[in-house]
Amino acid sequence: MLSSRIARCFTSVHLRPSCRGIVTSATFDVTPFKLHKLDKGPPDTGIELTRDDALDFYRNMQRIRRLEGASSTLYKSKIIRGFCHLYSGQEACCVGIRAAMKEDDGIITAYRAHGWALMMGETPESVLSELTGKYSGCSQGKGGSMHMYAQNFYGGNGIVGAQTPLGAGVAFSYKYRQTDNVCFTLYGDGAANQGQLFEAFNMSSLWGLPVVFVCENNGYGMGTSADRAAANTNYYMRGDYIPGIWVDGMDVLAMREAARFATEWGGSGKGPLVIEAATYRYHGHSMSDPGSSYRSREEIQEVRETRDPITGLRKRLLESELATEAEIKAIDKEARREVDAAMELAKTAPEPPLTEAYTQIFWNTPEFRVRGCDPFTFGVSPTCN
Amino acid sequence: MTTTIHFRFLLRRLSLRCKKHVAPSRNSHFTYVPESPPVPGETQRMNLFQSVTSALTNTLEADPTAMVFGEDVAFGGVFRCTVGLAARFGKERVFNTPLCEQGIIGFGIGAAVAGATAIAEIQFADYLYPGFDQIVNEASKYRYRSGSDFSSGGLTVRAAWGAVGHGALYHSQSPESFFAHVPGITTVIPRGPSQAKGLLLACIQSDDPCIFFEPKVLYRAAVEDVPIDSYTLPLGKAEVLIEGSDVTLVGWGTQIQVLREVCKLAEERLGANCELIDLRTVCPWDMNTIVESVTKTGRLLITHEAPLTGGFAAEIASTVQEHCFLNLEAPVARVCGWDTPFPHIHEPFYVPDKWRCLEAVRKLVNY
Repeated sequence: MLSSRIARCFTSVHLRPSCRGIVTSATFDVTPFKLHKLDKGPPDTGIELTRDDALDFYRNMQRIRRLEGASSTLYKSKIIRGFCHLYSGQEACCVGIRAAMKEDDGIITAYRAHGWALMMGETPESVLSELTGKYSGCSQGKGGSMHMYAQNFYGGNGIVGAQTPLGAGVAFSYKYRQTDNVCFTLYGDGAANQGQLFEAFNMSSLWGLPVVFVCENNGYGMGTSADRAAANTNYYMRGDYIPGIWVDGMDVLAMREAARFATEWGGSGKGPLVIEAATYRYHGHSMSDPGSSYRSREEIQEVRETRDPITGLRKRLLESELATEAEIKAIDKEARREVDAAMELAKTAPEPPLTEAYTQIFWNTPEFRVRGCDPFTFGVSPTCN
Repeated sequence: MTTTIHFRFLLRRLSLRCKKHVAPSRNSHFTYVPESPPVPGETQRMNLFQSVTSALTNTLEADPTAMVFGEDVAFGGVFRCTVGLAARFGKERVFNTPLCEQGIIGFGIGAAVAGATAIAEIQFADYLYPGFDQIVNEASKYRYRSGSDFSSGGLTVRAAWGAVGHGALYHSQSPESFFAHVPGITTVIPRGPSQAKGLLLACIQSDDPCIFFEPKVLYRAAVEDVPIDSYTLPLGKAEVLIEGSDVTLVGWGTQIQVLREVCKLAEERLGANCELIDLRTVCPWDMNTIVESVTKTGRLLITHEAPLTGGFAAEIASTVQEHCFLNLEAPVARVCGWDTPFPHIHEPFYVPDKWRCLEAVRKLVNY
């Protein structure tokens, strides 16, 4: 569990005022990065943030926060059922990394994936519809919370740690095709103790694969705190022979800089990198976990008040005059409207047809009578070609 | 390609889904029927997770080498099976492991081989597979390959098993047939709390490595009076729950509750008198009880949630046709999960519910 309070600091801003009296960019400092086997890391002072980017980050983090709030509401009304793992508190990780990704960079993560689905091109409607098991969901209602995918977004994976060798494989394909892309391969502090992660470390280092391993350390693996699960909680060092960077995962700007460094590192053929993002989740591990039997409410409250990524960015925007209070309120309002509308659609959309229960098992499942089904029933998936 | 639908079969289910704002049906596909205690003695009202806690408590009290470990067991476990154990017996005996199934099982085998009673919890049976190699290649073969110099009999692996109504692909699996294929492993699945306690204690005390699957949907739903003292129920022995003359119904775990209703429906609607058998130990299984029953009735239905192809019903069917060939009045019927991944929204169509089972009984009786 993170023991130290991470102070976020920024120097006085570099003003470039526009004619409306709002600045178009400002520079900030971030909490210094910690480096492992690296002489030089990402810059932590004088980081430029343009107004457009800032508003974009804010908008996306707020959309994710609203989306997860909607998921929680729908879950409590039993309209979403099953297993639902919320990202609230960790928004800066995916928004920051996404900002640094090149167009064809890949990303694979575990099951806390709704934010990523949104950032990789899905809409609140397709995400919520997937959660409610509707045909308009991003996986046609067949995957649910843990299995959302998009272009260059390889999911959405349920088995802890299993996605890490997959990420190495995706990165291998980039190297094979001689592109300068990297694959961001995310996992949590719980998964950091899985054997297959170390197998992935070894393979990617041995073969110089452009993998960026990102450990989203939110302090808890389900109900077990990081220091009770790991002999070494410096997850950015766990790659041993792989260079690593520790970053404040609650600061979207710091995340962007770390991810930028990583895309250049991997894209220029230097092999894998490990990033540890020190972050926090407000909800329990999943909606089945109240999240308060292994940590105190005071702790959660403290993080909300002092380290919240959205509040932190808002403070920066206002103090540096990158945006006005009114603009920010408008973004908040729009995010709420967008997600509320999506919620309604997710409730009333049609479910996938019954034929979807036994199609897309093999590539040609419609041609293939699935054993076990009623002998009078076999069907054609309308979405299969 | 045309789609032909078996109307009578599907329409009934489709009509249940006609509501506008459809949440997946929350009516579970069974009702738990409480049973009377299997052994005499003072009892206490317990649900399935409490009966597991009771078994573990009895074990930790009586056996100083016993230890319980797994992810999140210290605070009580995600299903509350280990509540209070760490506080009472100490953190050296009831402790959390990191998230590493292969490591958990391998570590458990090592502890067992060195003489401990190692009770490993795997949070969901769906997560057993990283440890599959350890179970198949280490645990099951230790006695055989060492000429009994060592054995991993002290190991018991517990895991939450089966459909829960909304578990989807990775919180609903029934992997018993994978382990049935491994000689040396005993795989056990109880149908309720008093069975669970007796069978779990038998697994723990067994000299062979055991896998004990706990139907997670029954953790809270199944409540009955369970003896508070330690007792065991026999491994490798099926139990005839209802005697009958026309059709033998075989299942295990949650499916027994489904079959209880099928027995009633078959009597009412088909005039068929069914014999219900709980296999209890999936492997090594009680062939004699099943064969004896089918010799009497001539008709057999085996049902399980796991997919049809390669499911354990196939093994039972094959053996029964070998031993009861001339007594069979109809081909052996299997009503199982479809050959698909355990679905998300389509779970009600996937599970072998009472209607599908009843349909199979009708075909058996009318063959």
